Amino acid sequence: MMHRYLPMTEENRKEMLAAVGVDDIEQLFQDIPDEVRLKRSLQVSERLDERSLLRYMRGLSGQNADFDQYVSFLGAGLYDHHVPVVLNHVLSRSEFYTAYTPYQPEISQGELQAIFEFQSYICELTGMAVANASMYDGATALGEAAALAANTSRRKRIVLSEAVHPEARQIVATVASGLSLDVVEVPCGQDGVTDAVRLKEAVDEHTAAVLVQSPNFFGCIEDVRGLAAAAHVSGALLAVSVNPLTLGLLEAPGKLGADIVVGDAQPFGISASFGGPTCGFFAVSEAHMRKMPGRVVGQTTDRDGKRGFVLTLQAREQHIRREKATSNICSNQALLALAASVYLSVMGKQGMQDAAKLNVNKAHYARQALTAIPGVTALYEAPFFNEFALRLPAGTSVEAVNEALLASGYIGGLDLGRVGADWEGCMLVAVTECRTREEIDGFARALEVAIG
Amino acid sequence: MSTEISHNREANGTQHDKALIFELSKAGRIAYSLPEQDVPDVDMDTLIPADLRRSEPAELPEVYEVDVIRHYTALSKRNFGIDDGFYPLGSCTMKYNPKINEDVARFPGFAKIHPYQPESSVQGALELLYRLQQDLADITGMDRVTLQPAAGAHGEWTGLMMIRAYHESRGEKRTKVIVPDSSHGTNPASATAAGFKTVTIPSNEDGLVDLDALRAAVDNDTAALMLTNPNTLGLFEEHITEIAAIVHEAGGQLYYDGANSNAIMGITRPGDMGFDVVHLNLHKTMSTPHGGGGPGSGPVGVKAHLAPFLPTPIVGQRETGEYFLDTNYPQSIGRVKAYYGNFGILVRAYTYIRSLGPEGLRQVTENAVLNANYMLRKLAPYFDVPYDRICKHEFVLSGKGLKQYGVRTLDVAKRLLDFGYHPPTIYFPLNVEECIMIEPTETESKETLDAFIDTMIQIVKECEDDPEFVKNAPYTTKVRRLDETQAARKPVLNCACGV
Repeated sequence: MMHRYLPMTEENRKEMLAAVGVDDIEQLFQDIPDEVRLKRSLQVSERLDERSLLRYMRGLSGQNADFDQYVSFLGAGLYDHHVPVVLNHVLSRSEFYTAYTPYQPEISQGELQAIFEFQSYICELTGMAVANASMYDGATALGEAAALAANTSRRKRIVLSEAVHPEARQIVATVASGLSLDVVEVPCGQDGVTDAVRLKEAVDEHTAAVLVQSPNFFGCIEDVRGLAAAAHVSGALLAVSVNPLTLGLLEAPGKLGADIVVGDAQPFGISASFGGPTCGFFAVSEAHMRKMPGRVVGQTTDRDGKRGFVLTLQAREQHIRREKATSNICSNQALLALAASVYLSVMGKQGMQDAAKLNVNKAHYARQALTAIPGVTALYEAPFFNEFALRLPAGTSVEAVNEALLASGYIGGLDLGRVGADWEGCMLVAVTECRTREEIDGFARALEVAIG
Repeated sequence: MSTEISHNREANGTQHDKALIFELSKAGRIAYSLPEQDVPDVDMDTLIPADLRRSEPAELPEVYEVDVIRHYTALSKRNFGIDDGFYPLGSCTMKYNPKINEDVARFPGFAKIHPYQPESSVQGALELLYRLQQDLADITGMDRVTLQPAAGAHGEWTGLMMIRAYHESRGEKRTKVIVPDSSHGTNPASATAAGFKTVTIPSNEDGLVDLDALRAAVDNDTAALMLTNPNTLGLFEEHITEIAAIVHEAGGQLYYDGANSNAIMGITRPGDMGFDVVHLNLHKTMSTPHGGGGPGSGPVGVKAHLAPFLPTPIVGQRETGEYFLDTNYPQSIGRVKAYYGNFGILVRAYTYIRSLGPEGLRQVTENAVLNANYMLRKLAPYFDVPYDRICKHEFVLSGKGLKQYGVRTLDVAKRLLDFGYHPPTIYFPLNVEECIMIEPTETESKETLDAFIDTMIQIVKECEDDPEFVKNAPYTTKVRRLDETQAARKPVLNCACGV
């Protein structure tokens, strides 16, 4: 059959088979034992012509409630932020998106420099000395932080705050089971942040790392400085997962004593895409540079003395070190690291501050409006950025409320009852710069109706 | 800082460098347009205490929109993708990335949806995932598929964690994973991350698994054998059923590294070969773009006996026809990635499958294998061919014959850059001296292959006539060979813009 992606004509086929010295295509597969040959056609979805395929996929996509049609107050790690128009234009340059990993630096300077700039952006925002070229997502990056700490210290215990995103905690648990590490969870206190007393009790000389998130899963800003001190007393590392947009306003974790800073760059112009692909980042203090997972780009010069960039410190990586590598990661999320870089180039010094302030202002306005609904209260009083937890009136089903909100054109906040019984009847609400006052007021009215 | 530094650079004669975005900064310029502040502007001190806030703003560049576009356009012109030309990078399957995939993945109903929305509001997305799970299961001959892993290596680790859980569920603590010496580096690295020790076995003189070495290596401590088939030499492991029997008889599991699946679609299936676990690299076989190093996607398929250990959630379908996220896997290894995998990539892969259909996928494999064999035959007179037999989708040459001229494979690769080609994979697999690994893929025409073959032959002639010329290549690229030793010894990993 001829197909628009396949150039081989019948004439080509004949010529090429003759050049190979075989009569038909079957002979090229004669080394495959007959008993393992597939004797039927694949049973996969049928081929569609281009127009029918577009129509079919539009049909599938049209069954989903998207942020263009619905006003979203859902966050929990993925947010509806404004994506500057230029991003899609840059990301659509096929010199970027159809390239492989930059193994041939002479013809990959664009990608390499873009990654170098990404690393520079992450270092500047987080206050850390070194960042890598990206990780799969923020949650797996936190898992890698645990692995780095355990490998470096030869200690076997990870202390993990319960206020870390539940899916990140699950991933840390999976990673830890692979490496035979113990995970000790420290509860979230009544004030919405990691219980400092319990944390201090949990950390000892067997602890490789303390893993926290700030703002944490419930939106509350943690006392990173205090947590770092608690970890360091016993020689453990502090790894902090951050929402990088908050770093337009909140202190860089590197200045607060963090040893590893990870997070997800999704707020930087990356579409939610049902959860992926996003872009994890991973930054460390200089002491841990050669233990970092993943690819790193470094600056160097070519033989004419021109500045150029290459993949470097590869002696850590799987293709060189095999079973002794610092991680098995190979593909990362390069294109989305580029997206994050373009976003940061667009926002710049002032835009990052303005975006952060808009998020804070709108979220605080929203919390005030929502807690004005009779029976709705703020769950925690700790300072927050753009996300906060609400307790709905006793007996309210958040799931039912969300279905009702959807019918009114809103995607409601996360049902925190999914996280644990302690949060039954609570909703986690995210408010980004995209939400207008009118939408927030409308959401408050709709929520009031929905909880009846 | 920027003006001063760029002036210095010019003074130093490096004005041909592409400026860093930070070097374009001019205080006061902006490139953003944020939504309006339409709620009361409250004093920040009352919202977030000053001691939690930055003591100084992050030193990000201040540029305007034209700078942004010109900067990244300039960078893109310093980069080579499949759309620029032939990219026969072995083991990476650099096939054409269809444009419809890109358009579809950007539909708002796919790009602008949240994984925690009510299931009723994402039925189209769940249906797509469900169908893709089914299709990948049939392509691989597996019973169940998880779409969660973000890349091939991530899939390997996921699969090995399931194998470990399977053995443990049977009260066995097996510690060894066997890999051939031709395996991808991710295989042993993933084994380590899953808590296993790696045992590497040599290939035989045909480039295949040495059955005696395998028999000697397996015992009741063997958790799994990881294999790529066709292997990284592009050769089909003819004794695959015997290999499977050896491993299974010892109580081990057989892991299929699906990096080379472009060679088998519709022809043979790992499930039928005896494999228990498979990962696929959708960014190879299913045409999704490599993105300059990601995002990829590494779904994992398993036979029924391993299904209880799948990471959750898996997309299921109720009797009513509704799709749902099934987390009811009490023996699951847990979660391996936030949410449900790299959904945007999965959308592209499904679009690709539907562009080709069952016959088209088989045609892809046939053409990929014919292209590779054609190139091998045409190049064989000019290079050492360590394994001279029918290959699958890729093949290896050795550049050792050029050493007599003082030229190495690296030099050949660099010289190819001057002709507008991305070079093949070099120095991999490790068991071939001066290795050149070529994978043309099915989306390249005979004319393209012929032109590349002619170029390779010309370079061999250049090696004979003027080896120094080849050793100093490339000549036409934006930068010439870069000092990698300096980069590693004195790492400069960011521009330290704010320090």
